[in-house]
Amino acid sequence: MAAGGPAHGPELTTAAVAGEALQPSGAAGSIASTGAGSPGSEGKPSAWAGFKKKSPLAALVIQRLALSVMLLFAVSLMIFGGVEALPGDFASTYLGQSATPQAVENIRKDLGLDRPAATRYFEWLGGALQGDFGRSWASKQSVSEQIGKRLGNSLFLAFFAAAISVPLAVGLGMLAVQYRNRLPDKIINVISLAAISLPEFFVGYLLILFFAVQLGVATFPATVYDSMTFGQRLSAIALPTATLVLVVLAHMMRMTRAAILNVMSSAYVETAELKGLSGLRIIARHAAPNAVAPVVNVIALNLAYLVVGVVVVEVVFVYPGMGQYMVDAVTVRDMPVVQACGLIFAAFYIFLNMVADIIAIVANPRLRHPR
Amino acid sequence: MASLLSVKNLKIEATSYPPGEPPRTVTLVEGVSFDVEKGKVLGLIGESGAGKSTIGLTSLAYGRGGVRITGGEVLLDGEDILKLSPAGIRKVRGCKVCYVAQSAAAAFNPAHRLGEQVIEASLKHGIMSRAEAEKRAVHLFGVLGLPNPETFGQRYPHQVSGGQLQRAMTAMALCPNPELIVFDEPTTALDVTTQIDVLAAIKHAIEETHTAALYITHDLAVVAQITDDILVLRHGKMVEYGPVKQIIEAPREDYTRALVNVRGTKREEAADQSGALLRVENVTAGYGMLRVLQDVSLHLPKGQTLAVVGESGSGKSTLARVITGLLPPQEGRITFDGKPLPKALKGRSNDELRRIQMIYQMADTAMNPRQTVRDIIGRPLTFYYGLRGEKKTARVKELLEQIEMGGRFADRYPAELSGGQKQRVAIARALAASPELILCDEPTSALDPLVAEGILNLLHKLQEETQVSYVFITHDIAIVRAIADSVAVMHRGRLVRFGPKSKVLSPPFDDYTDLLLKSVPEMEIGWLERVLETRRMESAGN
Amino acid sequence: MRLSTIPISAWIGMAGIALSVICALFAPLLAPYGESQIVGAIWQPMGGEHLLGTDNLGRDLFSRLIFGARTTIFVALAATILSFSLGMLLSFTAAVTGGFVDQVFSRFNDLMMAIPTLIFALVVLAVLPQQLWILILVMAVLDSTRVYRIGRAVALDVAVMEFVEAARLRGEGTGWIIFREILPNTLSPLLAEFGLRFAFSILFLSTLSFLGLGIQPPAADWGGMVKDNKDGIIFGISAALIPGGAIAGLAICVNLVVDWLMKRTSSLKGGRGDG
Repeated sequence: MAAGGPAHGPELTTAAVAGEALQPSGAAGSIASTGAGSPGSEGKPSAWAGFKKKSPLAALVIQRLALSVMLLFAVSLMIFGGVEALPGDFASTYLGQSATPQAVENIRKDLGLDRPAATRYFEWLGGALQGDFGRSWASKQSVSEQIGKRLGNSLFLAFFAAAISVPLAVGLGMLAVQYRNRLPDKIINVISLAAISLPEFFVGYLLILFFAVQLGVATFPATVYDSMTFGQRLSAIALPTATLVLVVLAHMMRMTRAAILNVMSSAYVETAELKGLSGLRIIARHAAPNAVAPVVNVIALNLAYLVVGVVVVEVVFVYPGMGQYMVDAVTVRDMPVVQACGLIFAAFYIFLNMVADIIAIVANPRLRHPR
Repeated sequence: MASLLSVKNLKIEATSYPPGEPPRTVTLVEGVSFDVEKGKVLGLIGESGAGKSTIGLTSLAYGRGGVRITGGEVLLDGEDILKLSPAGIRKVRGCKVCYVAQSAAAAFNPAHRLGEQVIEASLKHGIMSRAEAEKRAVHLFGVLGLPNPETFGQRYPHQVSGGQLQRAMTAMALCPNPELIVFDEPTTALDVTTQIDVLAAIKHAIEETHTAALYITHDLAVVAQITDDILVLRHGKMVEYGPVKQIIEAPREDYTRALVNVRGTKREEAADQSGALLRVENVTAGYGMLRVLQDVSLHLPKGQTLAVVGESGSGKSTLARVITGLLPPQEGRITFDGKPLPKALKGRSNDELRRIQMIYQMADTAMNPRQTVRDIIGRPLTFYYGLRGEKKTARVKELLEQIEMGGRFADRYPAELSGGQKQRVAIARALAASPELILCDEPTSALDPLVAEGILNLLHKLQEETQVSYVFITHDIAIVRAIADSVAVMHRGRLVRFGPKSKVLSPPFDDYTDLLLKSVPEMEIGWLERVLETRRMESAGN
Repeated sequence: MRLSTIPISAWIGMAGIALSVICALFAPLLAPYGESQIVGAIWQPMGGEHLLGTDNLGRDLFSRLIFGARTTIFVALAATILSFSLGMLLSFTAAVTGGFVDQVFSRFNDLMMAIPTLIFALVVLAVLPQQLWILILVMAVLDSTRVYRIGRAVALDVAVMEFVEAARLRGEGTGWIIFREILPNTLSPLLAEFGLRFAFSILFLSTLSFLGLGIQPPAADWGGMVKDNKDGIIFGISAALIPGGAIAGLAICVNLVVDWLMKRTSSLKGGRGDG
């Protein structure tokens, strides 16, 4: 369940609370099933089967990579084709109340909607692969040019949010494990449970009201422009970063706690304890090597969430990033922009989920040291 | 001689959290006292829940999951380890006292090589240098009969077999030269032919290193081979404590006597084994390319019992799945009462399904925990015979009487029954269909010996009353002796030997049956030495 | 089960949910003013004549909050029930049937889950007309992918149990196996999951409304109320935070109850016994 990843807050709690955070994601699950059904494994000794036997690790990683490419392709098809298949004609929506049949016809021609969908899809996909997403219907400008700078802004924000939240979450998770079922753990549990229930915009406005309006120590709105220095940019994104950190921290911490607890309650940690080893050595030597993979997995999944989380935070702080661009495009139904943003967000999401799965595969000693 | 370990008046408690009720304190162990002298082995024996593992772990001052030692003393070399500081306790664990777990597969860290884990305690306690420890590990691997002792330590846990892991765990415990080792059911998870090797290796290693040991098991025949004294436990209390010879040959308490005699029953086989209710002909089955069963043919006359015996992976459970139709055979055919049986479950009529019923090993998972005993037993009555209301209630009561439980159990849920009672209800559910054949898949192997014997007697009684036939799948030769008319020995998916019990279980044997029969521990002191001696002579003779 | 074993946190959660539901059910009786009735100047402070002040158009905030509970809870609940029915039906069918059906359903579900929910919703809502039932349907379909995944896992856990095999061997039909054997054993985790999905739906709906893509004005809903009043923040007017707090409060209450349900479920599984 952790798997397909957090699309929004509370989703992760299942994983964290039920301690299921360690399951491989859905995508990894599908490797197993596609692997079993692939022609290579149906008895005929093929080159792939031989390779798989010799180095199962590399084979699984390659399979996972191939799966991501396939997923991305399928997603592009859904974003484009799904939009085509849905009811409602763009041209008439585009023109609104004033649509006369002639005007609709002109617009359709103008936007190229009169040509077959398949042709347009392959043109679009071909362009997208080269970084060309066509022209915006609303502004008539190149979508790629506009996205370029905004993508940079969004990543800038997400990067700092990750840089702060990851160490903090892992640290707090370890603290909660150390004081398991005692007061600090219970406090962290209650606070994080509350935190995962807060909508991003609530946290955002709360911070604005307190820090920007009442104390006046932070800037709002968080506008950034080209002539700003690095330091000015940092101060501009202070509040949006803090919001993202608060939003993502609780999930990550709860999942980290569950992942570490799972390892700590294993029989081999008991063995280490019965060897009379010190607490530090048990953690460093016996728990850590087995906990790293699930924890890194947790981090990758939460970063995937972070990429999506920027959408709302950017709108709250009027931050010129991808998310705000997409939301604006959705309100005016500027389809080329919506499709481009959708594809890019989905690509990041698929990529991070893939990284999470590959880390889980690589960290498995059974695969690293085959029989 | 002064005792190495002296446990006095031990009391252990735990807090249990029954769902939907306030937590309460449960006494696990009370009033247990015993002594282990240097170089001696004490066997702790008892059924599940007797508290034997809990007691074993107190000699390392360790309580698993909320278990608290609330009374008594545990003196190691005269010092009460329960009063030690955490640092003091760490000096005992892995140094003076070591532990061998039941599941070595889970107890080894998957991320490190075996050798590193074996020598870790010796290094961390500063007992020996790395070079010395490595040398000792290689020596111990050799003593324990592991393959390629020099390079064995370079492997990872998942790269070796279960029996080898169990021996590696013993090497890990022996490596720091401890004064005491706690063996917690070290052979229970192993197949019987592997068990004898591990048992011999442990015995040999203990003798060579003069280490004292606590040997925990539920199997009196195993413990008789390896220990000097035996302590019999039941429900956390001492039943009998004495030298192994006295316990085995002259038990004083009724409970101990029952444990000793539990495998004594032997039944005469039916004289006429010619007819056939069930006939399996040249059956081959498996999953995709994987063949789990190869060319198996056997038959079972009406009102008799066929025991299918083999170790894990022998294909004996697959045979049951093929007969029930859950796994349609790839080749061969099955006839029932003279008519061919459709291969797949879906092709069979309700009446064909009714005539073949099944009893599982784990009664817990075989019954829906959300249904009452009445619903569980009543469903086949409604499903096959359309019984409802009064008639159904009366029949359920009748069936409960038949399994010696009585009508008052009708409204209970499975969770409110003991292990033996659950298995009885499962039997009643099978009986409710008035079947002609019941497939029993290890129905007693999860039960304690005395309870298991009760189930076997019940099955026998029911056979006499209803003329039902059994296919009884088991890994336990003693059960075969007790119940079978005919026997099928399976090994790696093939039928090795099939025929009347008297023929199958008497010489001349094929190699596998010979090995299997000789590996079953007997309730007799010196059995292990005798078997090992015979083996040595045989290999010398070759 | 005894009432005394329910922890305080779960009681708080249940009380909060009960309060919101009462507001939702009896909104016209409880609210002092109408849903879109303009009663005074804009952004009047709290206290005095208007308990929570007025909003950006001079409507009574307290009344709108109560009416907002109605819209928010109704839409979120409808979407959750729909997504649950859809996800459960498909996942149980997949788990019990297995084979090809399972493969097709599960692979398609993987594909749906490869796109983040919010992004997916944005793309779809950009095309579809803005109507309430479409919004509910989109939320339900997107959410059902998550329900499908957990439902299939839970059902598979139970479906491999021997009592299900025993029912198959008896000759029982798929309906009996799903409703009489599997479902009763999955109720507890599924109930917790339902709560979780409900909390998620509240947050998701509020987010969509906040972005201007959810409930359309003048109907009051909590996310939309935050959007309406967000401009006041710069002037230190906290009107936007009140509906925001209501969303957070309800979500916290639901999560508190879910947390307790999950602990109950896991304790039913039991721990590691003595050997």
